[in-house]
Amino acid sequence: MVDQTNSSVAMAADYATPTAVKPDLRTRLQNLIPKLVLSPSLALILVFVYGFIIFSVYLSFTGSRILPVYDWVGLENYEKLFRLRHWSIAIKNLGIFAGLYIAICTAIGLGLAIFLDQKIRGEGFLRPIFLYPMALSFIVTGTAWKWFLDPGIGLEHTMHLWGWESFEFNWIKDRNFAIYTVVIAAVWQTSGFVMAMFLAGLRGIDNEILKAAQIDGASNWNMYRRIIIPQLRPAFLSAFVILSHLAIKSYDLVVALTGGGPGRATEVPATFMYSYTFTRNQMGIGASSAVIMLMTIAAIMVPYLYAELREKK
Amino acid sequence: MSVASTDNAISTGRITRAFIYLMLILFATFYLLPFGIMVLNSVKPLSEITGGNMMSLPQVFTLEPWFKAWNSAQIGVEPTGLKPYFWNSLKMVFPAVTISTVLGALNGYVLTKWRFKGDTILFGLMLFACFIPFQIVLIPMARVLGFLGIAGSTPGLVLVHVVYGLGFTTLYFRNYYQVFPTELIRAAQIDGAGFFRIFWRIMLPSSGPIIVVSVIWQFTNIWNDFLFGASFADLDSQPMTVALNNLVSSSTGVKEYNVHFAGAILAALPTLLVYIVAGRYFVRGLMAGSVKG
Repeated sequence: MVDQTNSSVAMAADYATPTAVKPDLRTRLQNLIPKLVLSPSLALILVFVYGFIIFSVYLSFTGSRILPVYDWVGLENYEKLFRLRHWSIAIKNLGIFAGLYIAICTAIGLGLAIFLDQKIRGEGFLRPIFLYPMALSFIVTGTAWKWFLDPGIGLEHTMHLWGWESFEFNWIKDRNFAIYTVVIAAVWQTSGFVMAMFLAGLRGIDNEILKAAQIDGASNWNMYRRIIIPQLRPAFLSAFVILSHLAIKSYDLVVALTGGGPGRATEVPATFMYSYTFTRNQMGIGASSAVIMLMTIAAIMVPYLYAELREKK
Repeated sequence: MSVASTDNAISTGRITRAFIYLMLILFATFYLLPFGIMVLNSVKPLSEITGGNMMSLPQVFTLEPWFKAWNSAQIGVEPTGLKPYFWNSLKMVFPAVTISTVLGALNGYVLTKWRFKGDTILFGLMLFACFIPFQIVLIPMARVLGFLGIAGSTPGLVLVHVVYGLGFTTLYFRNYYQVFPTELIRAAQIDGAGFFRIFWRIMLPSSGPIIVVSVIWQFTNIWNDFLFGASFADLDSQPMTVALNNLVSSSTGVKEYNVHFAGAILAALPTLLVYIVAGRYFVRGLMAGSVKG
């Protein structure tokens, strides 16, 4: 029934269809089962992801307010959206947040990974410490940092009690600096994860090349700069993709840490979408902001996933 | 992670090593500090926090904030503590994790061992679903949950978490089954074993590690979710994260920091325990979600 000759195993192995001449009913049923098994999941994804995306995109072209209505208003919502100061603040904040968050996480992650890769005693002890925040909810992280950075009871207060009277750290209450506290908390949560990604990359590098370079008299600095770090390109790429998608999606942390405040100082697109859709009853504008978020993420994820899936073949 | 050897051709001098250890310890402090402060201040009376030093050890040790956070703290309008919300989260997490893992295993099995034309595209569609900003589905989801009559209920949240977790569980099992020898499946087929028999007898018994990875990933993600809980749950189904946020950000009355900290630790405890017990698998799940394979 099934072709089992060695040369074609690899080929046939990927396709389950038996090469029978006349499949009887039972075989045909058998062949249908895999697709039947896959179909509920597929249906869920098609409806709840792609169907919903189409619906939201459509809504963004309607004048929906509290409830969806289906009158076509063209690009009006998008025009309004980009005229709103609230939205431009959100975009600017996301830019600051995402830029710093990605850069700092990558720097800390790479640094820690390189340090941990130096035959460190207690690596098995340190690694989990660097990584545990990743297991926490952003709401927990937000709560911890919210009070730790609160000038009234947290770091500033402590420094004053320890005798450093002029110490000032009230960023979380300062409109101009509050967004940076979101960066601090987010870096705290995810940089360990980036470390793990780079460490995995470092451990995969062939030592023979390094030994050869060493014999040629390359310094450690040069080895990292010329040989090791360039080989970590896939890790850099993954880190960038994951971090940027986390940054665009970040909602919980902002809600828990600052609630978008003080004022609108830490408003980001995710909080903007929520408040316009559900509390300000501007569903059309809310939907259009969600569409912008989706397009931004898609611009990063689609090429990445496409490349990853192609490589696998 | 620890597949390759930790051996490294780089050698470092004594001063460099001292510097490296110093940095590592500094960062370890940075990661431990916020959580340490939470623990420390959750066992202090409130007066010691507002009037004292956040970083000092408690002078009076008390578990009162913990009891209060669990039993009687004001959440929204009711002084119920976090307890009912903890159960809400559990009631939501278990079915959602189970269903999404079972479906993910079956999908992974089909996508690697019963391949058909276009399966990679279908998988790509499922995978992209993991990464969409969920804001794009909030409005229609609210409508559909209402239409199905499960708005604001635990079953509604289960459905939501199953749908948006499917991509990841499928990814895990697909990558895992991809390296599973297909010859074994062929041999079993020749012996007359069907689709489910092969899955049950051959695939599942060797899927232990990836089941753990998938369960842990889903558990952590769903337990920690806030957006869906805040959007689709009402009082009887609100998960722990939403309740914690209500507790901490409520603007009425005295801010009981010690109770907030105890509450935050309670909310973190399940996922933290999982991390301590099975951190290896948690990391594997994280990595598989980023650097696939």
